[in-house]
Amino acid sequence: MVLLAASVALIAVALEDSITYFYTPTELLEKNVTTGESVRIGGMVVQGSINSDPDGTIRFLVTDFSNTISVAFKGITPDLFAEGQGVIAEGTLGAKGSLDAERILAKHDENYKPPEMQ
Amino acid sequence: MIANIGLLALALALPIALLQSGASLWGAQRHHDRLMQVGRNAALMQAALLALAFACLVIAFLSSDFSLALVVAHSHSAKPFLYKFAASWGNHEGSLALWVLVLALAGGALAILGESLAPRLRARALGIQGSLGVLFTGFLLFASNPFERLPTPALDGFGLNPVLQDPALAIHPPFLYFGYVGLSLPFSLAVAALLEGGISSAWARWLRITTLASWSALTIGIALGSWWAYRELGWGGFWFWDPVENASLMPWLIAIALFHCAVIVEKRGAFRQWSIFLAIIAFSLAMLGTFLVRSGVLVSVHSFATDPTRGIFILAILVCVSGGALLLFSARAARLRDDSLFAPVSREGAVLVNNLLLCCGCASVFVGTLYPLALETLNGAKVSVGAPFFNLTFAPLMLPLFFLLPLGPVLAWKQGSLLGALQRIQLAVLVGLAAIIGTLAYKGAAPLWASLAFGLGVWILVGVCCEIFQRLRSSESRPGASFWGMSLAHAGMGVLLLGVVAHSAWSIERIESLRPGDSLDVAGFNITFENTAFTRSDNFFAEQALLRVRSGNGEVFDLTAERRVYPIRATSTSESAINYSLAGDLYVVLGDNWIADAEARVFRFYWNPLVSLIWLGAALMAIGGGCCLADRRYRASRPEAKRGWESRQENLSVEEIQ
Repeated sequence: MVLLAASVALIAVALEDSITYFYTPTELLEKNVTTGESVRIGGMVVQGSINSDPDGTIRFLVTDFSNTISVAFKGITPDLFAEGQGVIAEGTLGAKGSLDAERILAKHDENYKPPEMQ
Repeated sequence: MIANIGLLALALALPIALLQSGASLWGAQRHHDRLMQVGRNAALMQAALLALAFACLVIAFLSSDFSLALVVAHSHSAKPFLYKFAASWGNHEGSLALWVLVLALAGGALAILGESLAPRLRARALGIQGSLGVLFTGFLLFASNPFERLPTPALDGFGLNPVLQDPALAIHPPFLYFGYVGLSLPFSLAVAALLEGGISSAWARWLRITTLASWSALTIGIALGSWWAYRELGWGGFWFWDPVENASLMPWLIAIALFHCAVIVEKRGAFRQWSIFLAIIAFSLAMLGTFLVRSGVLVSVHSFATDPTRGIFILAILVCVSGGALLLFSARAARLRDDSLFAPVSREGAVLVNNLLLCCGCASVFVGTLYPLALETLNGAKVSVGAPFFNLTFAPLMLPLFFLLPLGPVLAWKQGSLLGALQRIQLAVLVGLAAIIGTLAYKGAAPLWASLAFGLGVWILVGVCCEIFQRLRSSESRPGASFWGMSLAHAGMGVLLLGVVAHSAWSIERIESLRPGDSLDVAGFNITFENTAFTRSDNFFAEQALLRVRSGNGEVFDLTAERRVYPIRATSTSESAINYSLAGDLYVVLGDNWIADAEARVFRFYWNPLVSLIWLGAALMAIGGGCCLADRRYRASRPEAKRGWESRQENLSVEEIQ
């Protein structure tokens, strides 16, 4: 019983702390998400928007066709990451309304689009 | 032609499954031996028909029969043989065909080998297995027919997704499905016991054997998938807490709980209701896993091709099967009350705590996996639950389990002594503590939990060795295969824990942009980027980056990280360069070339200490499970003496009838 109560409490507390909300660029602008919050954004990589700094940081734009947000990411992009493809970027919201991504997810399945774009 | 035979076999399998179900259940109800015999034969025929259907599907893929929609969508004439073969189950329809095949094979195995079970109990289990066959064969035939033809045959196929073209992944689904669907047998046995209103130790043994066999296959399946993800996805990680992975972890955890408690049912007659409940839950979770993977309700990095109507089909089957079984459980379970008492500190008590911890762990994975789905349905918010959640919930629940693991086997039945058990493996206590202190001194106290968990891994390993040593020295009879199997599996868990801890706490990651000739130091290795070269193969082009590595002890070796472009699918993948060793893997990924500087390349370097222990541990667990199956005492056909609790049970039921 004690064990059950402890694990329920543990799960509840952990859910409170460790979930990440998912937004489209439009939702991100509407909901006034505070700077520094950890979020996931999903959308399509804008054609011709990928470029790179000399230190390897990649910058690109993610759009849901009504709003666009810029994303900076240092690291290796996953397979199937490309311009015109669906993408999910996870990271913290920077001061200028851009996202500092820690993780980029692209879909294994080439037919994939984020749900809200279908 | 081949496809027509396959479709015919599949279509015939449906009425045969109906016959298997009807004849077995009705025959058992009426004590009609002939009907039960018909049910057994139908089970064998069902297995043969589905094996034929699946063989036809494989032949269609191997011979690149482009009149079939499925072959066109998932194969290509220029693909290597192995991947044509693997493509037959690397898609929705094919994998469900495999699912149904394993279901029928499990039924066939019960029909042939189940002689030690009471005939009516076996007939009922076969009937339930047949009913599952009806549901899933129907689903396959009407909602995801693998033999669907195109109006006009295509000239060539679209190919298999290149990231899936990997030997480990080619054989990963069959193992996974043997594990998932193998759990249908414990389920059928549990429901049969509820219908029958009684169990025997032969039943408990079957429950244990089938669960162990499924669990071993599931262990191999999960480990292969994780090994593939480690090498292929280029993130240097082995587990991503992805919904699809979680879906396979949940039945794996419950299966562990189930075969531990089946031992108690067999030997002591305790935990009867609980084992039946677990068997129902285990298969329900296996079906839930299929639903999550195949319906695409969850956004997953694995994200298979999805179709909502199919999801609803599977969900309906899931609700019917699990709901029905649980209803039956609530109505009938009271007939299977335990009559065995034990003290909290005893081997039974240890298994009870093991079961509770595993179930709580499974519940935390369940909540973490389905919470996003529930929240989105309720208020439309989209969230993701990632590694931080599971590290906070699942990991703390598993640590006490690891502490208990070496203690359980040295506790006595009914009434044991914790102090006595600790004394028997006191060496493990000492070495475990030394390992904690050692890692603290060597690695620093940065993650305290890591030293603690590492110490627990050592404690498990040394504890298992102590048990083996004492067992060999004692005057008891020579230990059987099941003792060795248990020890191997327990040691495997310890080895796995060491690997997981070392990888999660002490791996090093660096991202650098290098020009040819540049070099850097990672974890004691000096790495120089030499040059790049282009190559091509049957179905891809590749850019290879050559890196020369000098290790701390003067050894020099080359690593070639690769980026491939598959023209058939217009996709690119990275092939990580990995230098494997027991001490750790040096892992290099070549990035996509987004940089303006034409010569520079972005690399990601990882040093993953002891990471190979993860798969070594999983292999030990699977081999241990296999050893337990080989124990002569568990041969299903062996006639057996009735155990004490069984004759008591019989007296009880006679009284009840009077």
